[in-house]
Amino acid sequence: MRNETTVERISARELVVVRTFNGSASTIFDAWTKPELLKQWWAPKSLGVSLFECESNLRVGGTYRYAFGRDPKNPEVFSGRYKEVSRPSRLVLTQVYERLRDAGEATITITFEESNGKTRLTLHQLFPSKEALDGAITSGMERGMRETFDQLDGLVDSLLRATQGR
Amino acid sequence: MIYKPMTPAMLAALGEPNRFRIVELLRTGPRPVNDIVARLALKQSHVSQHLRVLKNVGLVAVEPRAQQRLYGLRAHSLRQLHDWLDRYRHIWEERFEQLDDLLEQIKGQEKPGGAGKNK
Repeated sequence: MRNETTVERISARELVVVRTFNGSASTIFDAWTKPELLKQWWAPKSLGVSLFECESNLRVGGTYRYAFGRDPKNPEVFSGRYKEVSRPSRLVLTQVYERLRDAGEATITITFEESNGKTRLTLHQLFPSKEALDGAITSGMERGMRETFDQLDGLVDSLLRATQGR
Repeated sequence: MIYKPMTPAMLAALGEPNRFRIVELLRTGPRPVNDIVARLALKQSHVSQHLRVLKNVGLVAVEPRAQQRLYGLRAHSLRQLHDWLDRYRHIWEERFEQLDDLLEQIKGQEKPGGAGKNK
């Protein structure tokens, strides 16, 4: 019934998510690039996360910004630039997770292949380094939970203090 | 199904790139400190510090063998790591289901009087 989602780490720096949708490529392309549509699906609701702000200047070189999380006063932010905009088949963008800005920029390539009224979406994420991908997986950044990060900050501090000693 | 997340302490420990490199190296089997130092080209004092952190959060355990102390990964902790990747897939699944709903809505709007949706 429901279409299957696959996630595969194809190399140290690359993660690929594939999913088929019952709809045209242009509709799905719009759902990925128009703020009013993104706001309706992008934030995983079961985690209590909302997309507070979403700006998208859809043109080559144009920027976008998603602010999301649980607390609008302390959002998690993804931002970046569109590198290629070929509606409805292909979208290439850079992405920075602002909390881990030093980790660098990821490059995300999304392809939309339509056939018989269905569209196969391939989301290819190239992380700036192996560590950044490991970090993305392990840090739970997708959860967008400020509370967790606050907790982590505190823990990292105390771990550092404990290990650096006197 | 319940996906048990890693503890925040484990995440914090892995957030440091060199500690992650150590964990990756230990996936091939337990090793003594000097071997880790040589393979990762890190200072011995840093490796010792990192190992202490990894041990404190339960990712790594020490086993004495002959004259040496071998540092190895704890299987239970690794299972939690695996669950984490699984969780990532579940987040995308949830998003995509929300997108499915949106696509249905859009379809309904595109067809005037489009109550007769085919499944």
